[in-house]
Parts: sequence; structure tokens; C-alpha cells
Amino acid sequence: METRLSSRGREVVISGDRPFVIIGERINPTGRKVLAAEMKDGVMDRVRSDAQAQAAAGAHMLDVNAGIPAVDEPALLVAAIQAVMDMTDLPICIDSSIIEALEAGLSAYQGKALVNSVTAEEERMERILPLVKKHGAAVIGMANDETGISMVPSERLALARRIIERAADHGIRQEDVIIDPIAMTVAADPTCGVITLETMRLIRDELGNNMTCGASNVSFGLPDRATVNAAFLPLAMHAGLTCAITNPLEPQVSRAVLAGDLLLGHDEYAMRWISRFRAEKAAGRAQ
Amino acid sequence: MSREDEIRAELFEHTLNGHAPEVKALTEEALSLGMDPMDILFKALIPSLEEVGRRFEKGDFFVPEMLIAARAMQGALVILRPLIAETGAKPVGRYVIGTVKGDIHDIGKNLCVIMLEGAGFEVYDLGVNTPPEKFVEAVEKHQPDIVGFSAFLTTTMPMFKANIDALTKAGLRDKVHIAVGGAPVTQEYAKHVGADSYAPDASMATRMAKELVGDRSNQSTGAQALEQAVMKIDETLRKG
Repeated sequence: METRLSSRGREVVISGDRPFVIIGERINPTGRKVLAAEMKDGVMDRVRSDAQAQAAAGAHMLDVNAGIPAVDEPALLVAAIQAVMDMTDLPICIDSSIIEALEAGLSAYQGKALVNSVTAEEERMERILPLVKKHGAAVIGMANDETGISMVPSERLALARRIIERAADHGIRQEDVIIDPIAMTVAADPTCGVITLETMRLIRDELGNNMTCGASNVSFGLPDRATVNAAFLPLAMHAGLTCAITNPLEPQVSRAVLAGDLLLGHDEYAMRWISRFRAEKAAGRAQ
Repeated sequence: MSREDEIRAELFEHTLNGHAPEVKALTEEALSLGMDPMDILFKALIPSLEEVGRRFEKGDFFVPEMLIAARAMQGALVILRPLIAETGAKPVGRYVIGTVKGDIHDIGKNLCVIMLEGAGFEVYDLGVNTPPEKFVEAVEKHQPDIVGFSAFLTTTMPMFKANIDALTKAGLRDKVHIAVGGAPVTQEYAKHVGADSYAPDASMATRMAKELVGDRSNQSTGAQALEQAVMKIDETLRKG
């Protein structure tokens, strides 16, 4: 199954038969006080430099979130999307929990965007899916509903199926729904990792949809998060994850993804792996 | 050192390191020697969990360590609570807490519950996706010193205001201290919606709650302490 996203000048294809797609997570003011303060004042310098840095570090798409309390989030999200579009031609993942902000972002975006996200909650499906259809976008479907996040993989699978079916009712094709099987921190519950991986296997085998997740969530509350994140990604790739919202500025993370691609047969003759090595060597950073 | 002193020291150490079976065994031994449950709680367990909180705030301790320490302490509390209740001793304070309506994130809220219980509070945890009327009902029923709202999303943060409005409407607003927290929440936003305080993490929330209930015996110094804590948080936020 292939999900195609685009900007004005570029198309990104997400598929289990292709290299893993990294969606850069950095343009998100949650937990980033300086970025939040700047964005709130309408200053987009850091948004631009974050966009450029993530593109240079190998991001294939960029997540853009403007979730700051008590601001006009739709307007701010549009401004951030404009700033990113000025800076790079990477397709954008429009990220908000506010439906009006998603709508404003979709209207401002030039290309086929990825909407982050809808859940299996009735009300959200009925409000967000028509927007996705109207703008010809794709959408991330998170496998939870009103009752919360199930710790039973088959229940998350059922919710993923419900979102895909509802999307179809709204005229959205199956390949335009990317499922988020939900990654949670192993710091709070050591079974979270295996539950997520098992959910991925089930969704891959039963539904075949592309899958993404907030991969950095797995290490929340732990020291040396980059190493945990970097170990998680290849495990997840093997279980069916085809793209992830994560931090390409962590060298361990982007190396782990490239190595995962190589080991899973998505890097013919190791050309991408070797190029990366050469580029780092030239920059004096090779290990 | 008497065996009692040894037990206090060992309880402190084992709680700090999250050794649940040892904490349970020591608690039972302490009781068999006739030690006062309040002594065990206030001279060993609570100081230990406070130390866990300090280390967490400094970045020396991590979430799993906080969880196992709290779990170890809860094992002891299960034994001590009924004994303490028999003596008619009052808890440090009462705290109603929940994740707001539309929000199902609860790691931070659960840490608060654990830390607050550890600090000697009687905590009523309303769980996730808690509608305003449930908060009103719980405040009415339990008459807590503090009610805490947790929200992880910018979309669900406005529920703080809805909850406060519901409490106001029920005539309960001035009878309870309102604390808010959660990843996207700021001091500024807390003020904006009319909450009484904001804490950036579970440890700070507990520290502030303790300062607040201390407030009842000495109004002015308690208020000052709270203000200082809030200023400290502001400072940290500016640096971040």
C-alpha cells in the first residue's frame, strides 16, 4: 500500500516496500519554552531554522504544530506552515487537536498534506474526516477512542479498522489513512513497548495500512532517550511501522533508521548508508 | 542505635530504592515492636518519598524510580492506613484530582496521586475524561483542601475554565484551592483561567500542596511560601 504526500515541488511515498519516512517532530512548542514564546509573538525565525535543520538532517516530511495555550491557534498554525513552505519543499504534516486549526492549515497548504490526527472518537471522526476529504489530504488515525487507550493489541486493531471504514464512508481511500498504533513510555509501564510492537504486527497483517507513531514517546521520563528511541525504531520497522514522527537531529535516530532500512532490504547495495558515512566523514563527524 | 532507629533508617533506604518486599516486612516488624504507625509514616516513609521528589526535581532520579519508590511506599500504606484511621488521626489534607473531560492522558496525574498519597494526603482520584459535574460532585462530597485538574492537550485545557465555572455555579469556588497542571499548561495560562496555582511536575505539585495546607495554621507564612514556590517555577520556566 502506498500513501503519497506532496508539496508544491516534491512527492513523498510511504510504503512498506520503500525506505522508512522520517517526519521531523521539532516544530512543536509543547515543552519548548523559547520556541513557544517566539511563535506566540509571531516570530517564525526558529520555525524556519528548525525546518532547515531537520531537512538537512534527513527528514522527509515535517510535522508542524502550533499548540500554545490561549492563542489564536488557527492563525498561528497557518503562519508556521507558511514559514516552513518558504524554507523547504518537504511535505507537511499538519498537527493540531483543534479542528479549526486543521481546517485553516489545510486551506493554506499547497500540496497534499497529512493531517495529524483523528481518533476513533465518534465526534472527531465526523468532523475531521470530511475536512480531509474536502482538501484531498491523508490522515493519521490514532487507535484510541472515548474510553482511552487500550492495552490489548486486538482492541487497538479494531479501532484502527473502525477509522479506516469510517474514512471510506467519507470517500477517503484506505491508503490515505495512516494508522498510529500508539507508542507510550516504557518508563511508566514496561509492557508498553511490546504491546505497541504487537499492535503493529496485527495492523500490518490484518489491514496492511501504513503506520506512523510518535516514536520519541517510548523514552519519556528516561535518561539517554536518543539511544532508546534509536533502538525502538528498527524494532518497529520490522513490525510494520513505515514512517515515524521523530527527531532527525538526533544522529543516533537517523543512523538507526538508515541501518534499519539497510537490514530490511530497503537500501540497495547500501548506497544510502555509504553516502551518509561519506557525508559525515567529509564533515569530520564519522564514527 | 535502637532497633526502632535502625528500622526507620532501613525503611527510608528501601523506600528510596523501591524495594517493596523489604518495606512491607520492615513495616510489619515495626508494628510488632509496638512502633506508632504515625511515627513510621512521618519519620521514615514520608521523608524518603520527599527525598525521591528532590532527586527527581534535580534530574538525578527518573520516572521509573519514582514509580517503584511510590509503589514500595503504598505497600506500607495499605498496612498503616487502617491503623492510623483507628486512632482518629487526620490526614495531612484532602485532594481531589482528575484528568479533564476529553483528555485521556494520565501519567503525570498518576504521579501526582502517588506523590500526594506519599505525602500523607487523602487523595480522591477521579481518573481520566472527567466532566465538570464529576469534579463538582467530588468537591461537594469530599470537601478537599485542593482540587487538581490535569490536561495534556491545548484543546482540553479550556476545561479548566469550564470546571472552575461549574464550581462557581455550585457555590464551591471559594471553598477549595484550585491547582492545574499538564504538559502544555503554563503559569500564565493558570492565572488566565482563574486557577489558584500551577505546578510543572508531580513533585512540585506535592510540595506546593503541603505548603498550602500548612497555610491553615499560619496564614501569612504559608501564603508567602507558596508565592516563593510560584516565583521559583516562573524563574525555571524563563530559563527553559
